[in-house]
Amino acid sequence: MSNENSVIYGLEFQARALAPQLAETEKIRFVIGTQSLKQANNQIHLVEFNEEISTIKTSVFHHSEGEIWKITTSPLDSSRLATCYNAVASENSCAFRTAILRLPEMENPDSIENLEIVTKFDTSEFGAETKTTEFHPTDSAKAASVIDNNVVLWDVADSHAKAITKFQLEGKHNPKFTTGKWNPHQNCNQFTAASETHLKTYDSRTGDLAWQIDGAHHQLVRDLDYNMNKQYHIATCGDDGFAKIWDFRQPASPVYSSNEHSHWVWCVRFNHFHDQLLLTASSDARVLLSSAASVSSENVCDTDDSRGAQVKQLLPDGPLQWCDHEDSVYCAEWSPSEPWVFASLSYDGRLLISRVKKSLKYQIML
Amino acid sequence: MGEKNQNQLDINGPNFNPNVYLDKIFKECTLRQIMDHENEIVKDTQTLHSDMQTLVYENYNKFISATDTIKKMKNDFKKMEDEMDLLMTNMDSITSFSEKINSNLQDTREKICHLSGVHSLLQRLQFLFKLPATLKSRMDEKNYIQATQDYLHAQRVLQQYGDMPAFQGIKGDCESILDELKNELRKQFSDPSASTAELTESVDLLLQLEEPAKELCTDFLSCADKRLCEQLVLLKDESEQRGIAEFIDLGCTGFLSDLCLIVASFHGMFINRINTENIENSEIFENFAAVELDSFVNENMKKYFDLVKNKVDSEQDIADTSTLVGALDNFYMRVCDNKFSNSTSFAQFAIEIISNAGRKQCKAHLQLLKLAFSDTVSRVKQVLTAPKLVSQDESSKSLNELLNSMIVTVVEKTKGVLQDLVAFINPEVSFAKKTAFTEQFCIGNVREGLIICFLRHISVSVKNFCSKGVLDAKIHPSLILLLSRFCLDFRNNSVRFLISKTDEIFNANSKRNGIELTNESDISNSMQESAQYLLNHYVQLQGHNCSQMLRKSVETRDWLHTIEPRTVRAVMKRVVEDISVIDATVALVYEDQGTTTGNSSDSSRKTHSISVSKVQYKSNWSSYTPSHLDSTLVSNMHKLFSERIDIFSPVDFSKVSILTGIIKISLKTFMECVRLKTFSKYGLQQIQVDTHYLQLYLWRFVADENLVHFLLDEILGSAVHRCLEPVLMEPSVVDIICERG
Repeated sequence: MSNENSVIYGLEFQARALAPQLAETEKIRFVIGTQSLKQANNQIHLVEFNEEISTIKTSVFHHSEGEIWKITTSPLDSSRLATCYNAVASENSCAFRTAILRLPEMENPDSIENLEIVTKFDTSEFGAETKTTEFHPTDSAKAASVIDNNVVLWDVADSHAKAITKFQLEGKHNPKFTTGKWNPHQNCNQFTAASETHLKTYDSRTGDLAWQIDGAHHQLVRDLDYNMNKQYHIATCGDDGFAKIWDFRQPASPVYSSNEHSHWVWCVRFNHFHDQLLLTASSDARVLLSSAASVSSENVCDTDDSRGAQVKQLLPDGPLQWCDHEDSVYCAEWSPSEPWVFASLSYDGRLLISRVKKSLKYQIML
Repeated sequence: MGEKNQNQLDINGPNFNPNVYLDKIFKECTLRQIMDHENEIVKDTQTLHSDMQTLVYENYNKFISATDTIKKMKNDFKKMEDEMDLLMTNMDSITSFSEKINSNLQDTREKICHLSGVHSLLQRLQFLFKLPATLKSRMDEKNYIQATQDYLHAQRVLQQYGDMPAFQGIKGDCESILDELKNELRKQFSDPSASTAELTESVDLLLQLEEPAKELCTDFLSCADKRLCEQLVLLKDESEQRGIAEFIDLGCTGFLSDLCLIVASFHGMFINRINTENIENSEIFENFAAVELDSFVNENMKKYFDLVKNKVDSEQDIADTSTLVGALDNFYMRVCDNKFSNSTSFAQFAIEIISNAGRKQCKAHLQLLKLAFSDTVSRVKQVLTAPKLVSQDESSKSLNELLNSMIVTVVEKTKGVLQDLVAFINPEVSFAKKTAFTEQFCIGNVREGLIICFLRHISVSVKNFCSKGVLDAKIHPSLILLLSRFCLDFRNNSVRFLISKTDEIFNANSKRNGIELTNESDISNSMQESAQYLLNHYVQLQGHNCSQMLRKSVETRDWLHTIEPRTVRAVMKRVVEDISVIDATVALVYEDQGTTTGNSSDSSRKTHSISVSKVQYKSNWSSYTPSHLDSTLVSNMHKLFSERIDIFSPVDFSKVSILTGIIKISLKTFMECVRLKTFSKYGLQQIQVDTHYLQLYLWRFVADENLVHFLLDEILGSAVHRCLEPVLMEPSVVDIICERG
């Protein structure tokens, strides 16, 4: 719909892993991991978007360990990233692994390098499928992995990660976690993981269940995201096509709910700066930028902030902007450095870097 | 001339001319004739002569006797003169005698006159002295009228001579008695049992006693006020126990008629009466009285109206309309008939109250309709969730019947309500002629407030069955489907029917000015919207149900370690079965609109399409030879030439479109699940078998079978991509497995 202000970057391979470089606060950088069963072909692309001239600069690295299912980046060290990958062992077997990698300081333009593995994880004792490895938001020595029905807390200071503790999900039908995330608030002591239609949050110090939302969606919860500016708000999306925002102190019903997508919603993201902007990616091949201004931190009349002295005209809730892809979109991410830029990656290996429409931008800023 | 000649010839005429006569005779007659004529004339002359002699003789005699008589009279007169002189002298003597007598009697007469004067004076004095006693006895007898009259008789005297010591006592007594009388009369004001007629009488008396009119007027009104207040309190007490009709009756007979009486007597006593007596003050007083009366009437009517309003408002839930209308009619007629006041039109207020009642009635009806609607829906819900009916036929029949009965119930209920409300504008009802009321009622209340509101309510409440976030299995999918069809049918027929019926009954069209009329198309659109919304929801719901099965089946299987496929997985059969059931269900509800292609195909088309599809199938499949598999080029090329598929494009109101939607969602889910897995050779082949099976059975449900082919191709393509050892099965083997079931 709004291709006039977006830039396309095509990959040769199918891909479903995209992450913003969280620690990079000046350049607009995203990391993409490809997914190909021919594991030697797998690559990691570092894409840098120059906003002023709308061009893309990329660096390509090999990731020959296996096909990448998930990439996360460290919020503290811009060179570190974690991948969850599927390594094919033989004709008939493959295994999920995870590792922390380091991007090189200097780029070698002549050859495509393999990334250096900084930390290896031994996940075999916890389960078969590693869904994600999440860096701790403030402690560079900590990370958490979601493996089958476990959330494992690691010490990643050394080259071999040591498991500190794990939180296990018990229940009928062998429930498994689908994804997880650190809570950036409350001293980053909580880790939230999604399992089927439920959200479980554990206190990383004690391992206790801190809070939970049962039946957040009618079908599988695919993704979740914390609002950086509002400490009790969390967004979820799922197979029922809904994106919802919860105040997890009131788990009975969401504070915001939208059903704009016609298939599963795979990814939901709050804008880091203007949390009224909500990005969702769906397998109906569309990315939707919608407004959740009614529950955003900007909705309250903040008196301590001098800029927000006068009451702003809020956008109405609802869809604002669509981006069309050719195939299912599994990832969409805001740039952590530039509030108005976001990237979305579709399965056919096409990355779309888009800007928020000018008119919307002005409406939000003014 | 001829006449004269004739006259001259007439022997007896006065103009007789003998010469002419003779000439004529001589000329005309023969000698003989002349001779005869001469004889004749001589004879005549002789007779005439003798006649004359006798006459003279007779008259002479008479003359002589007359002369005698005159002589006699002369003598008589002389005698009479003497007698007259005698009489005169006699009269003179009589006069002198009478004068003598008169002078003798003079003294006595004067005395008698004086005596009679003294007598009457004494009588009046006696009345005065007796007055206090009389008044007292009158008071005792309660004959106030007589007492007043008595006093009025004596009043002037008392006023004149009141200062004299002899009368002071009497005056004092009288005044004290009078004060007592006045008090007594005023007491009647405050006497609750006194009738208005009695009151009037009292006021009349007081006025005669020259009490100040203004004061009386206010006194009178305050007393009346008290009495009316009592009436109102009584009414208020009764209002809780009695029905509206009784209540209005009570109010009319009690309060209103009292008020009428008071107003009438007030007019009689104060306003009209003053006119006659004191012309200077009358105008000022009349104004004063009129203003007083006005404010009094206004205040009381206001209280009464408040009471009626409260009563009407507090009428529980829904009153019987005809009773209500009857009561209101009665009320209105009474209020309008009575001309209480010139300045204020109470009819206006009455209309307001009636309008209120009308509005309330409409609202109550609306509430009832809403309830009835939700009842109907929940009944349908119950029927649907009740244990499955024995055979497909029966269930099919029941679904259609349910739909029809639902529509009929709702329409009939609404019609019933309209019929009920017609009572308000029945031409026999007095207030129905007031345009101020009818306009407000017909358009504002019935059309907009009731019918339009109800229709809007339907379209909104129906939507609520699948409101945001309630994508759960608690609601029977068929209910959603049914409601969607319900909305559609309503849009197509019932909306227009109901609105035009309303317009017809309540003449809403003729009075277009004033209130804005909601357009029929607005309602139709919102109905259509609801129908669409529900249908979309239905498709999503059913699609998700199928998806769920597919997802579980893919997720729970270990695709890396699976054996060579020998059969189609049971899930696929289940999906096909489910879709067939959905198809049958949808067909019941949306059958008539299934005008699009595939549905009614005959067997020849079926075989044809299969063969076509097989060709396509093979040709597509052939491109996935292992050598090309490492590239996404093929599928990308394919995409370039095929149209982009919206997983969820809006659904039409047709069976094919609905099923296409469901199938699209299911297949898309299947693909997503496949992409999340890694397959071994046999795993891929199982998917191949499954997709082929789906292809064999699903094409018939959709409008464009290429769509199914394309999606299945995508699934298989994805599986190929996710396969460690992408080797496909021989298509012939796949065929055999699928045909085996």
